[in-house]
Amino acid sequence: MTRRRVLPGLPLALGITLVYVAIIVVLPLGALVFKAASLGPEDYWRIVSSDRAVASYRVTVLSALAATAFNLVFGMALAWVLVRYRFPGRRFIDALVDLPFALPTAVAGIALTALFAPNGWFGSVAGLAGIKVAYTPLGIMIAMSFTSLPFIVRTVQPVLEDLDPALEEAAQSLGGSDGSIFMRVILPLLAPALLAGLSLSFARSLGEFGAIIFIAGNQPMSTEITALLAFIRLEEYDYQAAAAIASVLLIAAFMMLAVTNLLQARALRYTARN
Amino acid sequence: MAQKKKPPRVGDHPAFRRCLLAVVLTLTALVVVAPLLVIAVQAFSAGIGVFLATIADPDTRHAIMLTVVTALIAVPVNTVFGVAAAWAITKFDFRGKRFLLIVIEIPFSISPIVAGVAYLFVYGLQGLFGPALEAADVKILFALPGIVLASMFVTAPFVARELIPLMQAQGRDLEEAATSLGASGWRTFFSVTLPNVRWALLYGVVLCNARVMGEFGAVSVVSGNIRGQTNTLPLHVELLYHDYQTAGAFAAASILALLAVVTLFAKVLLERQGAGRAGRPTLAAPQTLKAETLK
Repeated sequence: MTRRRVLPGLPLALGITLVYVAIIVVLPLGALVFKAASLGPEDYWRIVSSDRAVASYRVTVLSALAATAFNLVFGMALAWVLVRYRFPGRRFIDALVDLPFALPTAVAGIALTALFAPNGWFGSVAGLAGIKVAYTPLGIMIAMSFTSLPFIVRTVQPVLEDLDPALEEAAQSLGGSDGSIFMRVILPLLAPALLAGLSLSFARSLGEFGAIIFIAGNQPMSTEITALLAFIRLEEYDYQAAAAIASVLLIAAFMMLAVTNLLQARALRYTARN
Repeated sequence: MAQKKKPPRVGDHPAFRRCLLAVVLTLTALVVVAPLLVIAVQAFSAGIGVFLATIADPDTRHAIMLTVVTALIAVPVNTVFGVAAAWAITKFDFRGKRFLLIVIEIPFSISPIVAGVAYLFVYGLQGLFGPALEAADVKILFALPGIVLASMFVTAPFVARELIPLMQAQGRDLEEAATSLGASGWRTFFSVTLPNVRWALLYGVVLCNARVMGEFGAVSVVSGNIRGQTNTLPLHVELLYHDYQTAGAFAAASILALLAVVTLFAKVLLERQGAGRAGRPTLAAPQTLKAETLK
C-alpha cells in the first residue's frame, strides 16, 4: 500500500533545500571540477604529478596515517576510560574531548606552535632529547591528531556503552584472560565503529589546513601539505595549478566519503544482526 | 556457603586501571588542556596593557564586528535551510533522497581550502560569473558576501544533521494528526514539530555558530585578507602572528578560545536536555540514519 501524503509543505521545504544545496554546495564544486577538467589531460597530469605536488601528497598522507594511528590508540583508551571508569572530573574530560572541534583551527595552530616551538613548554623538553617537533613532519602529525581526536572517541564511546556485560562474563567464565577477552571479544564488537571513526579521522587530517600551517614550517618538498600547495598556487595567480591540486584533494575527499559510507552501512548491518 | 567472588570486569584490575587512567589523563592534559592554557598565558605574557591594547585596536574591533556580522547572516540562513531539509527529508518520501542526504554531508569531508578555491572559480575574475559581476560592479569575493557564502558552505550540514535523526525517530504521526484536525502546515510546525526538536535545533545552531566564527581556511581564500576591511577574527589572529606581534595574536585568539569554551559549556547543557549524541542511535555518526531514513 502506498502511503497517502497528508502533510503540507513539501514544495516549499524541498525548494529551499534544493536552492541552498545548488548555490552553496553544487555550483562551486562544479565550477572547480569544470576548471580542472578544462586543463586537458596532459597539463593536468603535469601539474598533479610534479615533484613538489607528489612530495606534498607524501607528507600529507604519511602524517595523516601516523596521526590516525596515534588517535586509534589514544582515542580508544580515552573512550574506554570515560565509559568504564568512574573518577572525579570524568564529565569535565568528557566535555573537553570536543574542544578540538570547538576551537578555531587557527587558534589551535598558534597554540600548538607555542607549545612545541624549540623554546616552548614541550618543545624545549623534546629539544633536550634531540627531537625537533615544530617545523617538521612530526609537528604536522601532532596538529592533525589534535584536530581529529574527537572522531574516534565519539564513534567508539556509544558502542562501548551499549556493550553487553554478559559477553565478557561468559568469556571470563571460560577462563579467558583480560588481554585475550579484549582482543577476541570486545575489539571485534568495536571494530565497525572504530573503522568508521578511523576513516573520518583520516579524511579530516587529509584536508586540515589552519592548525597545520603554523606548526609545519611549510618548506617545499619536506613540510608542505597539499592544501597549502593549492593555496600557494592561488597566491601566485597560477589558477590552473590551484584548480588541479584542489581537485586532487576533492577526489581524495570523495573517496574517503565513499569508504566511510560503506563502513557505516556495514556497521549498521552488523549492529542490526546482533 | 560463601558466594564465590565474581572476578572484576575486564580492565578493572586496580593496578591496570590506575596505570591506564594515569596515562590517559596525562595525555589529555598535554594534548587538550595545555593548548588552552598556553593561549591564556601567552595572551597576558606582555602584560595586561598589551592585551587591552590589542582588543581596543580598531583593526581587532573591526575583525570582531565582521565575524559577528558574518555569523548573524550565515547562521540564520543555514538554520532555515537545515529545518527545511529536515522537514522535506523526514516527513516525505521522494526519489533521490539518499543522494540529497549525501550532497548535504559533502562539505563535512571537504578541505576548507578546496571550498575556498571552488568559490574563486564561481565569483572570481577567472571564474564563471566573475566577468559579469565585474561589469555590473558587484563585489562578492574579497568582500562580505564571499565570506558569508564560504562560511555557509563549510557549515551546510550542521543544523540538518542534528534534526534529521531526531525527526526521523519521531515519525509523522503527530503532524498528521494535527493537520487532520485542521491545523495549517505552519501551525503544525510551530506547535507540534518545533517543541519536540527545539533542543536539537539549538544544539545545531550553537555548533554552526562556533564553526562560522572560527572558520579559517575557506574564508582565508575568499576574503583577500584586507586589514581592517575583510579580516575576520581568525584571519586577524594569523595576521598579528605573522607580524611577530605574538602577544597580540594570542590576545585576539583568547577571544576565540573563550567562544570555544562557552560553546562546549552550552553543548553540555543542551546534551542534558537530550540533544546531540543522546538523541542519536548507537554509532553516533550522522550517516547512520541514512539507511533508516530510506527504508
